[in-house]
Amino acid sequence: MSCHAPSPPPAVLEESPLKSAQPRGRFRTIALIGPPNSGKSTLFNRLTGLRQKVANYPGVTVEQRFGRMSGIRRHDLTLIDLPGIYSLGGYSEDARVAVDVLKGEMPGTPRPDAVLIVLDALNLSRQLMLAGPILALGLPTMVLLNMADLMESRGGVVDPLALAQELGRPVALISAARGTGIDAIERFLQQRGGANSEIARTLPVIPIELPVLQNPGECRRWASQVSSRTKYKAPASPLWTRRLDSVLLHRIWGPLIFLAVVVTVFQAVFTVGQPLSDWMGNGLTLLGTKVAHTIPVPWLQELVRNGLWNGVQAVLVFLPQILLLFLFIGILEDSGYLARAALIADRLMRSIGLNGKAFIPLLSAYACAVPAIMATRTIENKRDRLATILVAPFMTCSARLPIYTLIIAAFIPNRPVLGSLIGMRACVMLSLYVLGFLAALLTAKLLKSSVLKASSAPFVLELPQYRWPTVRSLSLRLYDRSALFLKKAGTIILAVSFVLWVLSILPLHNGHFSDLAGSVIGKLGHLVEPVLRPLGFNWKIGIGLLSSIIAREVIVGTLGTLYGVDPNTQALSLQAALRHDMTIGGAIALVVFFAFAMQCTSTLAVVRRETNSLRWPVIQFCYMSGLAYIAALLTNQILLHLL
Amino acid sequence: MALSEVEVGTSAVVASLELPHDILDHLMHLGFLPEATIDVLRRAPAGDPTVYRVEGAEIALRRETARHIQVRRSVQNPDQTREQP
Repeated sequence: MSCHAPSPPPAVLEESPLKSAQPRGRFRTIALIGPPNSGKSTLFNRLTGLRQKVANYPGVTVEQRFGRMSGIRRHDLTLIDLPGIYSLGGYSEDARVAVDVLKGEMPGTPRPDAVLIVLDALNLSRQLMLAGPILALGLPTMVLLNMADLMESRGGVVDPLALAQELGRPVALISAARGTGIDAIERFLQQRGGANSEIARTLPVIPIELPVLQNPGECRRWASQVSSRTKYKAPASPLWTRRLDSVLLHRIWGPLIFLAVVVTVFQAVFTVGQPLSDWMGNGLTLLGTKVAHTIPVPWLQELVRNGLWNGVQAVLVFLPQILLLFLFIGILEDSGYLARAALIADRLMRSIGLNGKAFIPLLSAYACAVPAIMATRTIENKRDRLATILVAPFMTCSARLPIYTLIIAAFIPNRPVLGSLIGMRACVMLSLYVLGFLAALLTAKLLKSSVLKASSAPFVLELPQYRWPTVRSLSLRLYDRSALFLKKAGTIILAVSFVLWVLSILPLHNGHFSDLAGSVIGKLGHLVEPVLRPLGFNWKIGIGLLSSIIAREVIVGTLGTLYGVDPNTQALSLQAALRHDMTIGGAIALVVFFAFAMQCTSTLAVVRRETNSLRWPVIQFCYMSGLAYIAALLTNQILLHLL
Repeated sequence: MALSEVEVGTSAVVASLELPHDILDHLMHLGFLPEATIDVLRRAPAGDPTVYRVEGAEIALRRETARHIQVRRSVQNPDQTREQP
């Protein structure tokens, strides 16, 4: 394919005829498309409100996001968010999916009735290259110049009317972040179906010439002609972002600041998050006791307080720390710093055979491996991508925080280290993060020098301009995360707690509950104990490990239930109960086990989906569990001899 | 000369690109096209990759990629417009 050029006959595209006879509301499906960093996701969130669904396109690993356009009170319209791409050509899976959806050739996805193209107004001449081929498809299309407010405040200029004439399509200046200009989209969606389309009438019905085809050089020429004819003047990139980069990417200061940022985040998660967690724990205990007292039936009271409440509460108290971590990662990502971090880390990543782009998914795996594994889609090289997917679960995700904080708070004294620069607890926490990181690096190195050997992939990283993260986008992230966490606490963890409680009272002896050691769960625990004894784990920890195969944080709920049911430890807090029941060697071995083990069915499911095979998640599970067992065994044995 | 040899703080004009089709297409859509002016902004702390400005966007490329982009010296300096000596 090639662009419209002087030599071949020009591709002439008439404005697709308005079906004025059709009733208003003939649009059902709208596609949203735009290059990466154009603010497409922000706009998608604004147009759909929080009602969106995520799925996968059949047969490929490209994510399909769609939602009703409730953000502009058009519940009758479905908005499909197409992957962020630079061009419709090329060989990327993303581009092929976008083309298939736009042409209505994607099974299970209706052909869009209209298209919204989002372009970054700060980089219009470059971004127009994507618009040409899309307009050439002939669907009713509106072109949105996003970040128009920033462009204007930085001295950029564009004539939207002239651009609309050039493209033969309505054009609107919008700011997805501030929500300005959204009304133009509403009007477009209403009027296109109507008989008296105002926009259609204001536009001259002239045939327009578009670069239908995919030769980048021709597209480029077309784009620069259009932008010069519409008097586009790109805004100067503000001096402060360039000054900021000269510090943040400085030869010496850059890496130091990077390290300082990472340490500060973890220190803050502990020093700010811990008191919040304690406060929340006290509140929940009080509430649980109050609620249980209102229940007249003793066994039901027992079930609610010891069975359900203890398990769920033990997990809920970690919400503040998890949210803090997501807040910090959100700030780093939205501000544009994360791309700089990838640049700083490229050298390190290359030494293990990956590239700097793998660093961003790996860093977000600190929050959760599931979105991280989905974020590996930006890595073009298939083998690099697979290697990144396989090592991502080693990064310390937030689901490990509950057990880490529990053990650290119970066993590690709160003493200052290195003057009073960092607390001993934060120090242990940081070491656990480093441990996971090292395991990831070594595994990647191992994979890349054996089964996943490949020529080094090209590294092309766009550095977005720095911006202030908006409260809106950050709170959206936190809302999503809390909703997910609470849902888990209310379903999986509640269910596990219930089953554990039932198993802990059965079998009944003459209508009386059996004691914990004689119960079904006690017997099962004692069955696995011999295998775990060398690691310093007792049978209750064993049950915790078994239950945490569902999700890591479940172990804390399980321990809450088990120690809550046990009359010896019932009166104690979970921390005190653990101190009563475990050696420090076993406790440290437990967190080391969790640093390595693959205790997460959601991650296994997403790996299965993304690699499109059962083999990789199985290998990953066995490898990580084996590593965890050996590392915990060594830790316990060494500490046993040292202490 | 190759783009990787251009010093930081100066600019160059792309003459030709000799890269595999996939990456070529990607780079061209980012603006690395013949006759495009590229400013060499800074190197990463480890000395590689290098940040280039093209079409107002900042793109980082490794030396191994920039090596395959042939350029000629531009008469302009990225930050102040002046004739090269």
